Amino acid sequence: MQDGRRSLGYYLLAGFFGLYVLFLYGPTLTIAVLSFQGPDGGLTFPMNGMSLHWFRNLFARQAVGDFGGSLRRSLALGAIVMGLTVTFSVAAGLAFRRRFRGATLLFTLAVASLIVPSILVSLGIGLLFNLLGFEPAWYSSALGAHLTWTLPFGLLIMLAVFNRFNPFYEEAARDLGATSWQCFRHVVLPIIAPSVIGIALFGFTLSYDEFARTLMTAGSFNTLPLEIYGMTTNITTPVLYALGTLTTVFSFLVIGTSLGAVLLLRRRRARLGNDAGKGV
Amino acid sequence: MARVYDVELVAVTKRYGATVAVDNIALRIVKGSYCCLLGPSGCGKTTTLRMIAGHEAISDGDILIAGKNVSLLPPARRGTAMMFQNYALFPHLDCIDNVAFSLKMRGVAKAERRAQALEFLKLTHMDGYAARLPSQLSGGQQQRVALARALVTRPQVLLLDEPLSALDPFLRGRMREELKRLQTTLGITFIHVTHSQEEAMALADLAVVMDGGRIQQASAPRELFDRPRTPFIARFMGGHNVLPADLARSTPAGDDKAMIAVRTDRCRLAPADDVAVGGLPGQVVAIEYQGTRVQVTVRSPAGLEAMALLSDDHFYRDPLNPGDGARIAWSPDDVHPLASV
Repeated sequence: MQDGRRSLGYYLLAGFFGLYVLFLYGPTLTIAVLSFQGPDGGLTFPMNGMSLHWFRNLFARQAVGDFGGSLRRSLALGAIVMGLTVTFSVAAGLAFRRRFRGATLLFTLAVASLIVPSILVSLGIGLLFNLLGFEPAWYSSALGAHLTWTLPFGLLIMLAVFNRFNPFYEEAARDLGATSWQCFRHVVLPIIAPSVIGIALFGFTLSYDEFARTLMTAGSFNTLPLEIYGMTTNITTPVLYALGTLTTVFSFLVIGTSLGAVLLLRRRRARLGNDAGKGV
Repeated sequence: MARVYDVELVAVTKRYGATVAVDNIALRIVKGSYCCLLGPSGCGKTTTLRMIAGHEAISDGDILIAGKNVSLLPPARRGTAMMFQNYALFPHLDCIDNVAFSLKMRGVAKAERRAQALEFLKLTHMDGYAARLPSQLSGGQQQRVALARALVTRPQVLLLDEPLSALDPFLRGRMREELKRLQTTLGITFIHVTHSQEEAMALADLAVVMDGGRIQQASAPRELFDRPRTPFIARFMGGHNVLPADLARSTPAGDDKAMIAVRTDRCRLAPADDVAVGGLPGQVVAIEYQGTRVQVTVRSPAGLEAMALLSDDHFYRDPLNPGDGARIAWSPDDVHPLASV
């Protein structure tokens, strides 16, 4: 590499990587650009002026679709799924550290729901609710459907985390007089915190953009993905793109915030370390 | 009557299913002494330590600490504190919070517990690193923090699980001195698990050699080295030739299983044909220069081996080479009879 020449493999891989990035972000970018169409613009290029018209339009009451309501429902559902997933995954992860009767069976049952096609899960839950005479709703049947997806994921992550968790930390805590709860609260939880945050984000995003599992279980009120799907069949203006851009920006904000939080934590720790040796 | 013992083990046994890890051991450790549990890996020394700490349930027998039966008490209520082999410092807490952890669990106010923790960090010369995270410390520094964290609970007995094995040899020597200094200053009992007889000899008031889940010998290191009870002890402590008793002319022949030990530094070299001297005749198979000493190994035609540890000037006055005929000889006074196991 001293003469600055790179091998053919380098260019092939670079090209491949370029294509990958293009496929990953190309569509999103296209939609983002098109969402700034002028008031007379259509769903396709060319751009007919530039404006924020469609973003304003988004928040006006639509003839079809209830964007605000569906966003609120999706956020609420995502938050509930996140909370439940974190709680149950951590608890189950702790439980699976001890070999209890039926552990393998329970594990298999939990993880098997990952390979059942999601539309079937949705259909099954929807049918079951009908059969039992319950009204399906986003906060009951859809919540259950989402959990069949996020809980096994959370459990698998926690199993991997506890697999590497050094039990000496807990022994040391007990040796120093910590009760079981104190040991969990002051030792185990802080050490696994990054993974727990990961599970929380996972749970939220999996639920937030879940379509198939919500389809048959949402009841009378749509979640955001269902609403967007409904809009695509009914709306023929760039307001759809404005919606896409807005939700993407929202996702980036969530990711950015969590990354920022992690960085901030690291920075704080590093700073704590740096004023060592000053004879505090 | 004043209490004499800090720790008493009464017929303590640990079974894992059908395997017996610790087999009916009895031990009494005098108040304020430095005790080393010593032995090859798998001998039960760590299990014994963990049973004293309360991290391992006892299958049978009782453990008394300061005269009180603690067999069923949780670790924190036994008056013991343990320093783990890998230190087990909490990675998310800085040094001072690691040391203050036990105080926090007891609900001591923040300012008070930090002040106490700093005091103990001072004791182990780590007060300058109070705000560091464990990952920002070297192994030796982590160990000092772990030591402070154990001592802050003001234990009657400090339990150390192979505390020096993770350190490099230079640091090991320094920490060894430090441990002894701390033990003397604080006047509490230390129980230190190690597989190094050198460490035990340097530190212990009472050295307990274990093998196969049993105590083979428990005595002062000097007695252990000078008067090993069994061939196992003599071999484990090193520095001894363990040979059949009929080689020593002082012992009556007949018992062909009886063994003797002769310290290698009390042995000397004699000409191979000097039959009158006795000892073990054979060929020099190894010569190892050790600085102040030279260790010469002689193998007899029957395959027995013995060593002589000679001062360097003594050896080089009349040096031998591998392959030369020689005889390891000793004086009858230096023969120590061993119990057959």
